[in-house]
Amino acid sequence: MDRIGVFVCHCGVNIAATVDVDEVVDFAGKLDGVVVSKSYKYMCSDNGANLIKESIKKFKLDGVVVASCSPQMHEHTFRRVVEEAGLNPFVLEIANIREQCSWVHPDRKEATEKAKLLVKGAVAKVRLLEPLVREKVKVTPKALVVGGGIAGIQASLDLSEKGFHVYLVEKEPSIGGRMAQLDKTFPTLDCASCILTPKMMDVKNHPNIELFAYSEVVSVDGSIGNYRVKVVRKPRYVDFDKCTGCGDCVNVCRMKGKVPDEFNMNLGKRGAVYIPFPQAIPLKATIDPEQCLFLRYGKCGRSPACQDVCEAEAIDFTQREELVEFEVGVIVVATGYDLLDPSALYEYGYSRYKDVITTLELERLISSSGPTGGEIVCPSDQRKPGSVTFVLCVGSRDETVCTWCCRVGCMTALKQAYLLREHLGDDVEINICYTDIRSFGKRYEEFYRRIRGVKTNFFRGRPSEVKEKKDGLTIDVFDTMTNKLFEIKTDLVVLVPAVVPRNDSSDLGKILHVSRGADGFFLEAHPKLKPMDTFTDGIFIAGCCQGPKDIQDSVAQASGAASRAANILSKEELEAEPLIAFVDEDFCSGCATCVSVCSFNAIELMKKEDNKYVARVVEALCKGCGSCVAACPSGAMQQKGFKDDQILAVVDVLGGEA
Amino acid sequence: MSDFEPNIVAFLCNWCAYAGADLAGTSRLIYPANVKPIRVMCSGRVDPVFVLEALKKGADGVLIAGCHPGDCHYQSGNYKANRRVILLKELLQQLNINPRRVRFEYVSASEGQKFANVVKEFVEEIKEIGPNPLRGEQ
Repeated sequence: MDRIGVFVCHCGVNIAATVDVDEVVDFAGKLDGVVVSKSYKYMCSDNGANLIKESIKKFKLDGVVVASCSPQMHEHTFRRVVEEAGLNPFVLEIANIREQCSWVHPDRKEATEKAKLLVKGAVAKVRLLEPLVREKVKVTPKALVVGGGIAGIQASLDLSEKGFHVYLVEKEPSIGGRMAQLDKTFPTLDCASCILTPKMMDVKNHPNIELFAYSEVVSVDGSIGNYRVKVVRKPRYVDFDKCTGCGDCVNVCRMKGKVPDEFNMNLGKRGAVYIPFPQAIPLKATIDPEQCLFLRYGKCGRSPACQDVCEAEAIDFTQREELVEFEVGVIVVATGYDLLDPSALYEYGYSRYKDVITTLELERLISSSGPTGGEIVCPSDQRKPGSVTFVLCVGSRDETVCTWCCRVGCMTALKQAYLLREHLGDDVEINICYTDIRSFGKRYEEFYRRIRGVKTNFFRGRPSEVKEKKDGLTIDVFDTMTNKLFEIKTDLVVLVPAVVPRNDSSDLGKILHVSRGADGFFLEAHPKLKPMDTFTDGIFIAGCCQGPKDIQDSVAQASGAASRAANILSKEELEAEPLIAFVDEDFCSGCATCVSVCSFNAIELMKKEDNKYVARVVEALCKGCGSCVAACPSGAMQQKGFKDDQILAVVDVLGGEA
Repeated sequence: MSDFEPNIVAFLCNWCAYAGADLAGTSRLIYPANVKPIRVMCSGRVDPVFVLEALKKGADGVLIAGCHPGDCHYQSGNYKANRRVILLKELLQQLNINPRRVRFEYVSASEGQKFANVVKEFVEEIKEIGPNPLRGEQ
């Protein structure tokens, strides 16, 4: 290319305040191959775009450099602008003089010099760029949703309503997630299961949703439009089709009442065969192989009681895990959160003192389907508590544990305070030790005021310690509102733990190639403008796997993610990025080094007529990383848009200038 | 030597390190202007020839930054890059070029601060080593 236009953006003052844009323009205008060099206040505006388009026509440009913000921001914008002016969209190079220059180098001279160099490098690359063609790829009009909590349920329902087939994969025996464990929800005090179970039923009944409960995603490959997914269906040891969910087996299990019940936060006991909760979807029994006597020892009394009682003959101890494979066009990840194990904060006595519990445990105690049938009692001696004290921000907003706010703790404690008052009457004393009450959501502040009015004691401070004394627990807290130290005597301490990423999110992130932030939550492609996208095209995130949020935000985000995903599914074909590898057969010796480095099996050896072998790139499988190019000893393998000579041209410019 | 300002070429992978460098910008984390970024899709694309070419042209240091182990957008390009850098350092020694002039780092998309720190450290390290003897020979 030897008719290149350089367009330098001021970005208001974002670039112009530190980079001398005029100097960059003058400099660029003198570079070899550059025929026009201009600046504009906002190159991404309509006027900026028109300036580029008109220049392309007027000066018969064959290549374009835009010096502006990061290519991650506006590369696609300028590709389109160039295309609209009749050029190939790939004869464009962005010089990032904002994120990686003006914003990080306050010295005007240094920033200007660097900007000039980056522009010079970009021009050198554009001189060698070639027009590229975007291949069309067919889209598989199906979606995978990972996680069957409220976010996953909402995303599945939205996608299925739009007419797409949805595979919903849930790790636990039932969908419902954390919300199913809750009794009431703030600020409306809606019964959680009353609003959740209809949606769970919809999932079960929707013809477009294929539910894989008690299953896990084990591998994902392919790319946007065509992901190949492998799911392992764990054995329930119960014939899924035969089981009626009657629960007879549950009642006769010899382990009944002996296994800690994880759905009830281990406060109650279940048997080896169990149905997690009455509204479970699918309503099928599951045998816990870790606990089942027959599966562990090969013997359970004379014969397994569950097998004897099951009229449907659904018990099947020979079941094995099953690998299921399918293809989808998009993936929505909605795997939710864990609560921080408060044992990490030794001073609060969790797991040392029985009457120190978490909000989720209290939730199960309040629930009428919980282990106590809705009786709120102290776990140590089953008596009604005369005083309950909440400790907020346990691990949250704490530099040494989790820096972030859990966003639901304040409202959860306020809601539970209300429910305690409702269940236990005026006799119970309720104390809340808080850092700040963050009642930011719609109608949250009003709810907070309501609780403030019902004889609840608020202490603004983080308790230093929970101690067990002969007559119960005491909490030391310094109240920063009155500047006084209080020693609160209480029967039950409820900790509000930090919301943390699920412990398997690292593994899942690797399976999906989705990045995680420093906090461990999945990382959105842009914190403001692409909050549901990931850096991997076609994979979206919703709910608490992206970061702490309440139910309403999770639902909203799930619908948003479903809508983003549907944008892709509604197209019959997509244009694939053309920046993939290709082989110059004249140089290829058929050594197959490239075959061994490719992680995607995208390179094959092909026998030519003269019986010599050459490498061939399977374009549909190539992801465009360029590893094979770097490995090729003869330079036969190249990457479109990142050819050796194109990159070396930039290296020569950037390396050669002092 | 006090006024020596090293010139550093940085190969940044599109998904992690380049995004991390962008985040440093968005967060206005100041770091030395000595580093000149080149975007590649994956650190695995970085041919050792690029590094040698940069040194030959007179660059005082070369940084290659990719995704953290297990986070590579292309599964394993970062490992390949790391291995190539280790081998390349051996070669540099034989060529009598200080291998510390080449540095490999893992920088994720959320590690703007780490990117800024790496650049600061590397610039200091190269200042200590001194200018590339090949500088100006071209």
